Amino acid sequence: MSIKQISVFLENKTGQIAEITALLAENNIDLRAISIAETSDYGVLRIITDDADRSAAILLEAGNIVSMTPVTVVAVEDKPAGLSGLLSIIARSDISIDYMYSLFTKHEGTAYMVFRVSSGGKFANLLKEHGMKGVTAEELGLK
Amino acid sequence: MRNYYQPEIETASREQIRQWQDERLVQQVQHVWDNVPYYRAKMEEKGVTPADIKSVDDLHKLPFLTKADLRDAYPYGLMGVPVEECVRIQSTSGTTGKRVVAFYTQGDIDLWEDCCARAIVAVGGTKEDVCHVSYGYGLFTGGAGLHGGSHKVGCLTLPMSSGNTDRQLQFMEDLGSTIICCTPSYAAYLAESIHERGLQDKIHLKAGIFGAEAWSENMRRDIEQKLGLKAYDIYGLTEISGPGVSFECEAQTGMHINEDHFIAEIIDPDTGEVLPEGSKGELVFTCITKKAFPLLRYRTRDICVLSREACPCGRTHVKMTKPMGRSDDMLIIRGVNVFPSQIETVLLQQGYPANYQIIVDRVNNSDTLEVLVEMTPDNFSDSLGDITAKEKLLVAELKSMLGLHAKVKLVAPKTITRSEGKAVRIIDNRKI
Repeated sequence: MSIKQISVFLENKTGQIAEITALLAENNIDLRAISIAETSDYGVLRIITDDADRSAAILLEAGNIVSMTPVTVVAVEDKPAGLSGLLSIIARSDISIDYMYSLFTKHEGTAYMVFRVSSGGKFANLLKEHGMKGVTAEELGLK
Repeated sequence: MRNYYQPEIETASREQIRQWQDERLVQQVQHVWDNVPYYRAKMEEKGVTPADIKSVDDLHKLPFLTKADLRDAYPYGLMGVPVEECVRIQSTSGTTGKRVVAFYTQGDIDLWEDCCARAIVAVGGTKEDVCHVSYGYGLFTGGAGLHGGSHKVGCLTLPMSSGNTDRQLQFMEDLGSTIICCTPSYAAYLAESIHERGLQDKIHLKAGIFGAEAWSENMRRDIEQKLGLKAYDIYGLTEISGPGVSFECEAQTGMHINEDHFIAEIIDPDTGEVLPEGSKGELVFTCITKKAFPLLRYRTRDICVLSREACPCGRTHVKMTKPMGRSDDMLIIRGVNVFPSQIETVLLQQGYPANYQIIVDRVNNSDTLEVLVEMTPDNFSDSLGDITAKEKLLVAELKSMLGLHAKVKLVAPKTITRSEGKAVRIIDNRKI
């Protein structure tokens, strides 16, 4: 149940992120999640959009270094301790989280978390064992 | 069958070449004495007159010319003929200081283009070929020299100049370019672009003539593999004419110097003493046929070795190695000699492009070395940890090659400055 995440190389330079978001806006692409990991010299911008393939093509065309990675999106209740339960389940398993961030939604009462984990397959099984599952691209309205 | 552009010259006996050089040198020294007061004054200062120069054996008696002389004599001070005899100027990019302006008579242009034609035929060029010239056109000698040589060979000549990659690739594909002439860094850039666009099967290049900047054997293999051609080296400098002063043949064991026009010597860069054949030292050229800009004993600052060993290609002219560095490009950082070619070797080994920039500075009385490296799709990852691990490995490899710490800065692709197609490799901000 993976969702396509796009990563873009960022040089540490003013206006880099604005350039990318402007490019997506011009092409009428809807940004659904965004996260940045950085060192003092460069960074990695990770995004989820409503059309991953088209976004990647547009970013590549503009000369960016781009890669696509499968990530898992999980719905949790949007209330105190909503995320904590899920994280303690993962903590008890042998799956490690490489990184995680949240995804914007309009569904009242539900929050969506994006996970990149050591093993996507194991993570899917773990969710199943606990009566949960990854959210599909269709459910999120992504292409 | 072997191909030469001017077989009777390119395969002449050593005795014949020596005879040409002796005669032409004597005439040229007289020409310079009579027409170039700047050099005559240098000769007088050394107590030498044309009567002292009877053959190549006497060459060492003549004074040297350096880039500083070209600056002092700028613009007309080293001209050997009246302006009305000249038909062209070419000029250097001025990356190492003031521009050099070189003058040409029609005869000088002809002999220069002959040299370039020899280089094109040496890589297998014939009138059937489509020669794609992507050296910069204009003041830079690259475009003009190979363009003229290509005409002499009778190739269909594509005067592309550098830049506008889409158009380059379109013409390459539509007109079936078979030979490409450009700087090695531009060749690497075109190779990348061809791969990005998946055009490998539509490009039919068989040979490339690459020069005007330093490049390594690793870079040669990289370009050959990506462009599916055989890559040949060409050497030259605006002061001496332009590309084609020497060129590689199919043996690829050095570049044949066109000795009927240029006499080469190797000297000790510190003492100026001529070194025996096979020694590594600074390359010095004497032009024996050019009339408008007849430089004698011009110090190139390029460090190389000459060899007169018989070449399997049949050419008899002396071969020079690829310059191993420049006596003035060598960087001394915290007392350590650093050649940009060492950095290039490490980058290629680690899978980074050979397009890099070295920034040297001095902070708190200590030199700093920073290497800007372009990120590539292969080295990129969604995981910062993976990128950092590769970067650390690169830093460690640089340290083991150079013997000192270099800071690596990863930058976005195609952001490193280029000037007339030549990458600006070194920025030294030290105020010493």
